[in-house]
Amino acid sequence: MAPPMLSVSNLEVVYDDVVLVLRGLSLRVPTDSIVALLGANGAGKTTLLRAVTGLLTPHRGKITKGTVRLGDADITAADPADVVRKGIAQVMEGRRVFAEITVDENLRAGAYTRRSRAEIQESYTRVLDLFPVLAQRRRSVAGYLSGGEQQMLAIGRALMAQPRLLLLDEPSLGLAPKLVEQVRDIVVQINRQGTSVLLVEQNAVMALEIADSGYVLETGQVVKDGPAAELLADEDIREFYLGSAGGERRSFAKVKSYRRKKRWSA
Amino acid sequence: MTTFLQNCFAGLSLGSTYALVALGFVVIYKSTGVINFAQGGLLALGAYLGYTFSNNLAVAFAVAVLLCCVSAALVGATFERIVLRRMVGQPPFAVIMITIGLLFVLEPLITAIWGFEHKQVNNPWNIRTVEAFGLVFGVRDLWTIGLTAAVVLAFFLFFRFSSLGLAMRVTAFDPEAALAQGISARRVYAVSWAIAAALAALAGILMAAGPGGLTPSIGFIALAAFPAMILGGMDSPAGAVLGGLIIGLAEALTRGYQDRLFSWAGDNVSVIVPYLLMIVILLIRPYGLLGTREVRRI
Repeated sequence: MAPPMLSVSNLEVVYDDVVLVLRGLSLRVPTDSIVALLGANGAGKTTLLRAVTGLLTPHRGKITKGTVRLGDADITAADPADVVRKGIAQVMEGRRVFAEITVDENLRAGAYTRRSRAEIQESYTRVLDLFPVLAQRRRSVAGYLSGGEQQMLAIGRALMAQPRLLLLDEPSLGLAPKLVEQVRDIVVQINRQGTSVLLVEQNAVMALEIADSGYVLETGQVVKDGPAAELLADEDIREFYLGSAGGERRSFAKVKSYRRKKRWSA
Repeated sequence: MTTFLQNCFAGLSLGSTYALVALGFVVIYKSTGVINFAQGGLLALGAYLGYTFSNNLAVAFAVAVLLCCVSAALVGATFERIVLRRMVGQPPFAVIMITIGLLFVLEPLITAIWGFEHKQVNNPWNIRTVEAFGLVFGVRDLWTIGLTAAVVLAFFLFFRFSSLGLAMRVTAFDPEAALAQGISARRVYAVSWAIAAALAALAGILMAAGPGGLTPSIGFIALAAFPAMILGGMDSPAGAVLGGLIIGLAEALTRGYQDRLFSWAGDNVSVIVPYLLMIVILLIRPYGLLGTREVRRI
């Protein structure tokens, strides 16, 4: 069997030499699939992405145990530029577009690791096809785009690196429901064009609808994983993320406190 | 009128030197958030290296200029690689102190190698002049202005169109997001230091070729270029050039009319003009003439 696109095993990450954020986390992103990563704030989702892309250093984080592999290659604690060159691109939380420069220049910056002009041009055409909004606003300064447009730009910029694996950190953050749908459809489309996707989301429904499988993180560990359909039907997940169990509305008066306090690992 | 134009010309030449040095300040400040106080030391080092190439090794002056820029760039990049790379992510204040340290290391190093005495760099310009339109132009001043214009133009083309230039701009804006695009911040920092040192060296050798000659105190000019950078807005290359020219002009005009207008203020009033100008402009525009206010959606 071919190795999965991304496999993380027993990963431990420590910030500032003391704060243990990931405690032996393992997950796999099979080739050509979409994997959803769910979890509350502070569960370690963003840290996992940083560990994969080598961006822990600016945050004084360190991998103390475990490995990260992309296909056959070991990329544990690799240089960020190396990781991009090997085929992982990411859309950071909060979009992080380069606000002072134009849309075109943002896209060019995304293609920084690539040398062939013809290939870059090809990706550029592909990105503009995928995001007609960007095509219209190529010359405007990125900081003046709307939130939705900036998210599209952030995704487009990541695609300019021609990734085999795309990491998306909360792409639906702060977007109106219509735009969330649009982002969702685009992720599906990108996946169909042959890019594996690891999707970090608070919006569990959106993520699980399009994912093949999913993981639930809590305090730096995987507490639940399985096919997306199963997770979507799971009662605990429904309660924690969708606000209802079994479809019926429940009165808050009937909610028992021990149930509210329930943790996955308990 | 002739005196006025003559003074303006002197001011442009002086301002060009300031502009080169200020541009060096801005390149490093923009990409690393640090003010490089060693700029004056690099300038002096560049000038002395140029002297060695031109006088001791007797290469053609144009080649000497080129060589001194290249070797100063190497010194800058090496210093970044050996010392400052370990400081990435540390508070800018600590890094600024290190650059001050570098300045104090460079100065005695230069006098230890080349001594304190006044030196003349072999050069084709010297004090030769050409006359046109009833004005007298120093050949060196013409070259200074011309070379500065060419370098500034190349600088802007590089940042606007080259992929490394773009990488430097986005690293300045958001280092982490730039890293996420696969842009090597280390390379960007090393290149910024190389560019800044080369600009300083060019300014240094151009000055040393002038009537003032070469003394260890040549690096002090960086102190006057400092207000040029702040006046232009710390993070704006165009502002640095503009600031340099304004301060050069102001200084030259004050000096030119000192006898008539500023005799009450003593002989050296022109020296403080850059700082006065800086204070006044900062009072009116705290972010400098062309400094960025944040781009934000409203």
